[in-house]
Amino acid sequence: MRTALRLGLGGSLLALCAGCRGWQSALDPQGPEARHLRHLIWLFTGVAALVWVLVMVVLFVAIRRRCLGSPEPVALTPPAERRATFAVGVASVATVIVLALLTAVSYRATGALGQDTEDAVNIRLRGYQWWWEATYLGPLSEATFVTANELHIPVGRPVTIDLSSDDVIHSFWVPNLAGKQDLIPGRDNRITITADHAGTYRGPCAEFCGLQHAHMSLFVIAEPPAEFDKWRDAQKQPAAAPGGDEQQAGQQIVTGTQCAACHTIRGTAAKGTVAPDLTHLASRFYLAAGELPMTRGSLAAWVADPQTIKPGNNMPQVPLTGDELRAVSAYLASLK
Amino acid sequence: MSEAGDAVDLVDSALADGILAARLAETWGTGRSLVAWLSTVDHKIVGRRYIVTAFIFLILGGVLALLMRAQLARPENRLLSADFYNQVFTMHGSNMMFLFAVPVMEAMAVYLVPLMVGTRNIAFPRLNAFSYWIYLAGGITLWTAFLLRVGPDVGWFAYVPLSGPQYGIGKRADIWAQMITFTEVSALAVAVEIVVTVFKQRAPGLSLGRMPLFVWSMLVTSFLIIVAMPAIVMASSSLILDRLVGTHFFNPAEGGDVLLYQHLFWFFGHPEVYIIFLPAVGMVSTILPTFARRPVFGYLALVLAVIAIGIFSFGLWVHHMFVTGLPRIGESFFTASSMVIAVPSGIQIFCWLATLWHGRPVLAAPMLFVLAFFATFVLGGLTGVMVASVPLDTQVHDTYFVVAHFHYVLIGGSVFPLLGGVYYWFPKLTGRMMSERCGRWVAGLVFVGFNLTFFPMHLLGLAGMPRRVYTYQPEMGWGGANLFISLSSLILAAGFLLFFIDALRSIRWGAPAGDNPWDAPSLEWATASPPPPYNFLHIPVVTSAYPLWTERETLPVTIGLRVERREVLVTTVAEARPEARETSPRNSIWPLLTALTTTVMLIWSIFSPWAVVWGSIPIGIALIGWFWPKGTPEDDA
Repeated sequence: MRTALRLGLGGSLLALCAGCRGWQSALDPQGPEARHLRHLIWLFTGVAALVWVLVMVVLFVAIRRRCLGSPEPVALTPPAERRATFAVGVASVATVIVLALLTAVSYRATGALGQDTEDAVNIRLRGYQWWWEATYLGPLSEATFVTANELHIPVGRPVTIDLSSDDVIHSFWVPNLAGKQDLIPGRDNRITITADHAGTYRGPCAEFCGLQHAHMSLFVIAEPPAEFDKWRDAQKQPAAAPGGDEQQAGQQIVTGTQCAACHTIRGTAAKGTVAPDLTHLASRFYLAAGELPMTRGSLAAWVADPQTIKPGNNMPQVPLTGDELRAVSAYLASLK
Repeated sequence: MSEAGDAVDLVDSALADGILAARLAETWGTGRSLVAWLSTVDHKIVGRRYIVTAFIFLILGGVLALLMRAQLARPENRLLSADFYNQVFTMHGSNMMFLFAVPVMEAMAVYLVPLMVGTRNIAFPRLNAFSYWIYLAGGITLWTAFLLRVGPDVGWFAYVPLSGPQYGIGKRADIWAQMITFTEVSALAVAVEIVVTVFKQRAPGLSLGRMPLFVWSMLVTSFLIIVAMPAIVMASSSLILDRLVGTHFFNPAEGGDVLLYQHLFWFFGHPEVYIIFLPAVGMVSTILPTFARRPVFGYLALVLAVIAIGIFSFGLWVHHMFVTGLPRIGESFFTASSMVIAVPSGIQIFCWLATLWHGRPVLAAPMLFVLAFFATFVLGGLTGVMVASVPLDTQVHDTYFVVAHFHYVLIGGSVFPLLGGVYYWFPKLTGRMMSERCGRWVAGLVFVGFNLTFFPMHLLGLAGMPRRVYTYQPEMGWGGANLFISLSSLILAAGFLLFFIDALRSIRWGAPAGDNPWDAPSLEWATASPPPPYNFLHIPVVTSAYPLWTERETLPVTIGLRVERREVLVTTVAEARPEARETSPRNSIWPLLTALTTTVMLIWSIFSPWAVVWGSIPIGIALIGWFWPKGTPEDDA
């Protein structure tokens, strides 16, 4: 049975090693904050493993060293009790020392986190059931543009994110970059992240927030500063004008029906504020907070039947004919 | 009245043992009719009911766990809907914490503590009967709601605003909050009974310094309940008020505070963990010396450790809130306090190891569970040190790492000793032994199944899997590990299944046990198995911490208690010197009726605040019935 145990644990460890190198893993840090935390995790794990093995060895020896099973209760001998008192005393003092050291290391790590926020990119992130609204702020903290579910950040520059929520508690957590921080109604929290390398890092909502908590992902796309500036300039622009009749028809449907009551498409009549900003919808990689890859087909599927794809979400099904659906998806897919 | 007058003079020393036993059984016994069965206030019968009920809730909670594992075995599985899964995990947590773990420990105490301290019944036995009925009603309420598909779906800590009036739909969160009320009432009642039983009803000579460690643990646990429960009363009552009558305790738009709820909840919620854990510690400290064949090493250190853990447990609650953005300096304090509680826990481990080291251990079934406890609890304690560190916790908080951690602490730290305790005390409860061979298989299956199920969850958490997700995406790469965990959970389930089969089989067909099958040292083994309604023919006198080891033949006894009325011996708090004879209430149907009327009021108040007004009238009537003098000899005193 012990062999089976070892094999089983080894197998699951191996299976998870893929996870250690993942795009949502605390053990694959891509920024200074997460790197500090990984050091801390390994240090604590090492100490814990050592202590555990020591206790198990003592336990094993303790039950093996005597012939087992005395019928009569054994009498206590003062020398043995004195030795035990000494051993327990030493172990207790060692426990205190180890814990004090770990506490000190923990404090130092806290101090090292979230430094260097001058010259930072500033983003305001709001959590909603079940998506994220990101507002990029200018030098005077004024809003420059709004997007959803995907944050672009420049490599090597700290990014401060102001976290808040209007409905329930959510939690921001991109493990490759930093630990988590809650988004709480009525409170303002802030977290700083920095990416060392270009890449896409994933973050789930990490505080249970209701029905579709499992489908509320956020992506952080770290890119070289030049590309980031290009992206930011593009996002500031109003939406592209529809090209061709089909897209034109699509725009009329989107801005003329209930879509516009919830969504904003800058430069059009759609000015709703309770759902994701669609101005540059097609420039994102995913749709519906990580639910679908961004393609025209996904857009059509999502508009046609949002409640099957993500049951309980707040997007209603809008009755459309086949032609209308094609037009809408063509228009939405053009919002680069 | 003249008959009663004659009976007053009849004391136990006046009768021969055989006649005395028959007369005492008549005085303390419970009849065979249904009404008698519903009216009993015998702590052993109530305790047995409590234990059986709690284990039924364990089975139900286990089935929910298997449902969750079935859903998570594959990515984007559609076996359970999001809505149903959220109800299932909420029910699993609420059920296991409030309907299994806390009550089962209280149940063991209700049965064992009066026997261990050598008295004839628990203090306030009618309150004890009431506490069982109200617990049962709370459990039935919660499960009925779940079966009607309106079970709570907001997690076992029901954070606002998700559970508040705006986002918590229907009556689901109200049912959760009201279930909390039921269990609060029942837990507080038992806590008061235990404190009074331990302080005032110990056998002569059983001074505080000789008290069994399980009794010490239950004493500290009871104080934890009494101090911690008011915080959750505040939290759940304020939540109900927000939802039912539109107060704004937790509504930030109207000056309320969302985090206030978390503070109140965890000020209770963290001691809650120790309310579950400390009794288990007491069981380990009780089982260990019996099988190590020597007194426990470091009795005083163990007592002080239990008290220290109890006190420190109130200074840790913020470590559940490390990512809510509290001030750093405050968080640092709670890192230190969370580390500090590891010291008394460590001292306990060292004392137990020293006990084994200098003993001659018998590796019988109860001991195997204690060994399994060592391996798992130490690991869970060490991951507890990890989550105590604020920065480290920001990576593992609300992930499967934490799920792994608290199952190691709760199952490893509490359920393993509890299973050991069942194997250990089963002969006392039933007069029959459980199967030693089955016990070995149960210990093996549960231990292996548990570790295979929960150890990989640490890694899943570090690989980014958040808790409380009803599914996950295939591209996350968690599918293999989750399938492995789901399959392993079947081994764990098989272990529990075998445990229940063994227990049921042994009630009828187990080998007869005798009074003291393990040659254990404490007082519960100084009477028959199962004990007679009056527990002890004569109240024993205690001369050491291990009375049955020091007095190998017969214990000295006290005489002078009346036979014709229920009478217990009251002793002093510290030294347990006899102080007075005190009557103990007779059986009564009124605790049941009070519980029923209270249940009506509590369920009604989910729907209307006026229930508190009109519903209290029947409760008042039931209470008048409860305390109405019946002219029995017990009423004279």
